[in-house]
Amino acid sequence: MNLLEFRNVRAAYDRIDVLFGIDLEVPAGSVVALLGPNGAGKTTTLRVAAGLHPVLSGDVLVAGRRVNGTAPEELARRGICLIPEGRGIFPNLSVRENLRMMTYAGVTLSAVEAEAYERFPRLKERRRQLAGTMSGGEQQMLAMARGLATSPALLLLDELSMGLAPIIVEELYSIVAQVAREGVSILVVEQFASTVLGVADLAAVLVHGRIARVGTPAELQDDLSKAYLGG
Amino acid sequence: MDKFLTFTIVGLSLAAIYAVIASGLVLTFTTTGIFNFAHGAAGMLAAFTYWQLRFEWGWPVPVCLVLILGVMAPLFGVLLEVVVMRGLRGTTDTVKLVVSISLLLFMIGLAQLIWPPGVSRPMSKFFQTSTPINLGPTTITWHQAITIMVAIVAAIGLRLVLTRFRFGIAMRAAVDDPSLSALNGARPNRISMLAWALGTALAALGGILIAPNVTLDAPSLSLLIVSAYAAAIFGRLRSLPLTFLGAIVLGLTEGYLTGYLPQNQYLPGLRIASPALLLFLVLLVLPNPRLRGRMTRSREFFPMPSIRGTLVFGGVVIVGGVVLATTLSTPDQLTYGRLFPIGIIALSLVPLVGFAGQISLCQLSFAGIGGLVMAHLGHGGDPVALIWAVLISAAVGALIALPALRLSGIYLALGTAAFATILDRWIFTLPKFSVFGWFNVDLFTQGSINVDPLTAFGKTFNSAASQIVIGAIFFALVAFLVVMIRRGRLGRRLIAMKDSEAACATLGMNLFGTKLLVFSISAGIAGLGGALYAMQLTSIQSGNFDLVNSLQVFALSVVGGIGAVGGALFAGISLYVVLPVIGVLFPTVVRWVGLLPGATGIGLGRDPNGAVSQMRDGFAPLAGSPSSLLVMTLTLAALYGIRLIDAIDNWTFVGGLVIVPLVASVIATVSAASKERMLAQLEDAPDRTPMEWIGIDRPWTTEDLATLDLALGTSELELHGPA
Amino acid sequence: MALLEVSEVTVRFGGNVALDDVHLGAEPGIVTGLIGPNGAGKTTLFNVITGLLPPNVGKVTIDGRNVNRLSPTKRARCGMARTFQRLELFSLLSVRENIRVAADVHKGWARDGSNPAEVVEEIIERVGLTAVADARVDSLPTGQCRLVELGRCLATKPKVMLLDEPASGQSEAETVIFAELLQSLAAGGMAVVLVEHDVALVMNVCARVNVLDFGRIIASGTPSEIQNDQAVLSAYLGTGS
Ligand SMILES: Nc1ncnc2c1ncn2[C@@H]1O[C@H](COP(=O)(O)OP(=O)(O)OP(=O)(O)O)[C@@H](O)[C@H]1O
Ligand SMILES: Nc1ncnc2c1ncn2[C@@H]1O[C@H](COP(=O)(O)OP(=O)(O)OP(=O)(O)O)[C@@H](O)[C@H]1O
Ligand SMILES: [Mg+2]
Ligand SMILES: [Mg+2]
Repeated sequence: MNLLEFRNVRAAYDRIDVLFGIDLEVPAGSVVALLGPNGAGKTTTLRVAAGLHPVLSGDVLVAGRRVNGTAPEELARRGICLIPEGRGIFPNLSVRENLRMMTYAGVTLSAVEAEAYERFPRLKERRRQLAGTMSGGEQQMLAMARGLATSPALLLLDELSMGLAPIIVEELYSIVAQVAREGVSILVVEQFASTVLGVADLAAVLVHGRIARVGTPAELQDDLSKAYLGG
Repeated sequence: MDKFLTFTIVGLSLAAIYAVIASGLVLTFTTTGIFNFAHGAAGMLAAFTYWQLRFEWGWPVPVCLVLILGVMAPLFGVLLEVVVMRGLRGTTDTVKLVVSISLLLFMIGLAQLIWPPGVSRPMSKFFQTSTPINLGPTTITWHQAITIMVAIVAAIGLRLVLTRFRFGIAMRAAVDDPSLSALNGARPNRISMLAWALGTALAALGGILIAPNVTLDAPSLSLLIVSAYAAAIFGRLRSLPLTFLGAIVLGLTEGYLTGYLPQNQYLPGLRIASPALLLFLVLLVLPNPRLRGRMTRSREFFPMPSIRGTLVFGGVVIVGGVVLATTLSTPDQLTYGRLFPIGIIALSLVPLVGFAGQISLCQLSFAGIGGLVMAHLGHGGDPVALIWAVLISAAVGALIALPALRLSGIYLALGTAAFATILDRWIFTLPKFSVFGWFNVDLFTQGSINVDPLTAFGKTFNSAASQIVIGAIFFALVAFLVVMIRRGRLGRRLIAMKDSEAACATLGMNLFGTKLLVFSISAGIAGLGGALYAMQLTSIQSGNFDLVNSLQVFALSVVGGIGAVGGALFAGISLYVVLPVIGVLFPTVVRWVGLLPGATGIGLGRDPNGAVSQMRDGFAPLAGSPSSLLVMTLTLAALYGIRLIDAIDNWTFVGGLVIVPLVASVIATVSAASKERMLAQLEDAPDRTPMEWIGIDRPWTTEDLATLDLALGTSELELHGPA
Repeated sequence: MALLEVSEVTVRFGGNVALDDVHLGAEPGIVTGLIGPNGAGKTTLFNVITGLLPPNVGKVTIDGRNVNRLSPTKRARCGMARTFQRLELFSLLSVRENIRVAADVHKGWARDGSNPAEVVEEIIERVGLTAVADARVDSLPTGQCRLVELGRCLATKPKVMLLDEPASGQSEAETVIFAELLQSLAAGGMAVVLVEHDVALVMNVCARVNVLDFGRIIASGTPSEIQNDQAVLSAYLGTGS
């Protein structure tokens, strides 16, 4: 069964088309990596899935149900969790208040705090600090905490590793793998293929708003290398 | 001692009212990111409604209170949110400010429409007939006691709401990032409606408490709360405890001023201006803000003006001035002619607000200074006085800028508003005084002062017609100057500074000097506009240059489009052509005309780039079609010729002026569209894939893989060598 | 004495110590790396050096001149320039205008007889933005925005350039080109300080690397020394791969 499915989805900003009929499937319990160069439409794809961006035509299905036009807050309450690119936090709230906001997804504050502080002890030290004054990496940890603490069914991650220390990237991806083992389906966007291919079950390549390629990470690597060596 | 205690209590109960109003302001600011200038006006409307229900219709107090505070005010807040405020997400401070200022003007207009001014509407205080509570040496009335209690309860309640309750936290979160709060599962629209409902209810509470202490008058009640603003600034618009403290300081100061200020002819104005003075002082003692980095991305965009376009614009303005001068009767010339000097004052906002992002609400005060200089130094219409008007206004502008420059955004707006108030309530009303005994100043001699018309080239331009043409010429020149600023070094620097002061400083830019410069330039232009305005009015008084006028010009310039010179013309035309014309055409709705400036500003959220940019888009096809342009110009010229020989009257003429460009534009649009269709048919490719996609439709090739691989970096770059 | 010299800098935010007695030097002609885990204090150190944040204790000198009491503007005129981790571009202006602002400012106080318009064209060519020179910067992808910020720094003809994660948002291919650019800039006699999480890039271009952790310099040395330093491995690089 596919937890998330795109059927011929088109999307645009104003009158500029960005997605030209995307077909994409995220099978339940798997990690799918969405790769592609700058400006390919990866962020837009995730925004569409989270309900933040309207679909021009085509269907977005979550667990088999069509969800076109559903408000982002409704999708969030039903277990779809997007960690946006850049800062996915509220800079003028304290860390603890940021965690409090996560409880809208239907978990208690104490559960959120327990989970977040266990994964990222740094956040516990900083719980009274305004989130906007934390370092870039600390903010990313706080953002990621929502994905872990609210136990979503589908996790959408946008450029998770941007600006993070290698050791933390490594740690985050081991967390991603672990979360996936617990049954959460994950769609993760990265520009650097090498970092995600290790944890992904499937990879799709998006170029100029079209899915150019889908396959297992090994196939993708293989194909790409073969093309060079053979050519 | 008794006197001291009595005034302490007066001060404290005043403080309590300020605290209620100011905490409402802080609430709306922290939960919506909007500094609501109309907050006081909402309180004013509530006070009037309360008067209506309680004293006019004699309903019982509890019913009135529940109805207003529990039902009407919250509903009004929700209405505001849905109709006006929701559109303001992602707009600049300037746009938000204008919308709330427009709302203020609109509400004052509305109140005056429903409750015509000039009627006495007494209100009694709560428990007025009960004996005051005895506090030993003095007493405290029930009204005062209730006010103080309400303030304390409101302060504690709000603090709890904002930090302990999840919906309070969600309100603050929505200011930071509404879409992220939706991703969290909060419902941003509902939460923002709640915030406005709560804020408006607090405003209403403050309004009802303060109204019995003063006369029920719409403008003064709406602006009375400047002191409340000062208290909110004390708390930097965020901290409720500090706001409370600020309210106490301000309330007590005002109380003691009432009790102890000596009586003399120079000081009554000071008392009236004291809230503004305090606001100014509070702004001065605020700690220096850290250098501001880049803020959230805004939807604002003003394209670079071209020289050719500006020359055409200037030409059209001058021709327009000549047309006005030759077709209008003298009284009409006096009315409509003001559009140019006011337009110049609006132009002064373009570099300051549009380019540099610094908000000033005291441009009319600079204009007033220009007007005074013209009146005092321009005897016999000496043109040199115009230069003095520019220089002296610029100097005063720089002087104001010195303390105000540390501020930015909303703080600067309030600082300049306070300055405007101090000037028009106090300085401009001063009787003759002397500075250190060697310099006599007598600003507006007996309330008004005469200004001589300009004399140059041995000719005195005293007719209204010649004044219009002069005004148009100056407007065109200043517009050109402003465009040159935008296109040059200074313009880039100003826009850069608006975007990121931190980046500018680390590049070595002198921020202070740059701000000082743009403030002086702007004040100088406003001074010039003021001098020309004064000559047109022939006699000026302080009321011509007060804060409300500044607010109107500011609001309409932003509505027109503050980043472009066209916006300034728009402001002039709407204030001095469209409004009077509507008044003449539809005398029955003349009472509603007061609502218009406010109403136009309220719609700004739809397109923060302003009306002129919309019009420009609308007329774009016309500009691209020389033949239509030529035909239109000729038709207009012919129309003007017919008007000159009096074959048609002014109304027909104006109708023609409006209709001909519209028709021309429609024709140009249609012909452009058909041309495009023809081109499309000529192309043989049935599906018009843009060039850059063509490669994508091909089967996947090795080359594509190489490009992709390069972008993704999935394999070693060395492989690209001739393997 | 190094061109840029930071000594004994301590910064506290409330109870948190963001920088603790930090010493750092940057020599002309080389790229000096500054790496460390998130929250180590790298950006804070840049803020202290450029004068955006006054330190609790500490001294910053450039060319032997103590700049502690100088404003950011004055420091920039001593030859300092920086980029920002969170991008501080002039979003309403085009790429060319962004760089032009900096060139004009430099010309305004240095009066060195250069022609700002030419300087700008040279820089656009050098950092590789010719194709997008007239685009508004907020329509560009992050990677190119970083280059615009770099170009803006260059236009002020700095002696010391502080780069805060200039390669984040760049693709791997762009990063390779960027590395060459950095090295050629340093070779031209500039002192470059590079904060970056792309370890490969840092090890490739830097002659010296300093490692910051919890506000303290825990190691400094050549890239190969750093890569084998046990403390650095456990605090930052990680053991994997
Ligand atoms: N708010 C917007 N308005 C207009 N165009 C936009 C907007 N956001 C993105 N775009 C355009 O849409 C296209 C796809 O953008 P998107 O952000 O989805 O790409 P991406 O693959 O995530 O790129 P990146 O790797 O840079 O994050 C780009 O060409 C971009 O310029
Ligand atoms: N204004 C502030 N108030 C309180 N703490 C702050 C403030 N600014 C920074 N900090 C703290 O100082 C520490 C250092 O932050 P800094 O931004 O310098 O880290 P960094 O090394 O640049 O990290 P990153 O690589 O994640 O950007 C962090 O723990 C941060 O939370
Ligand atoms: Mg993206
Ligand atoms: Mg940093």
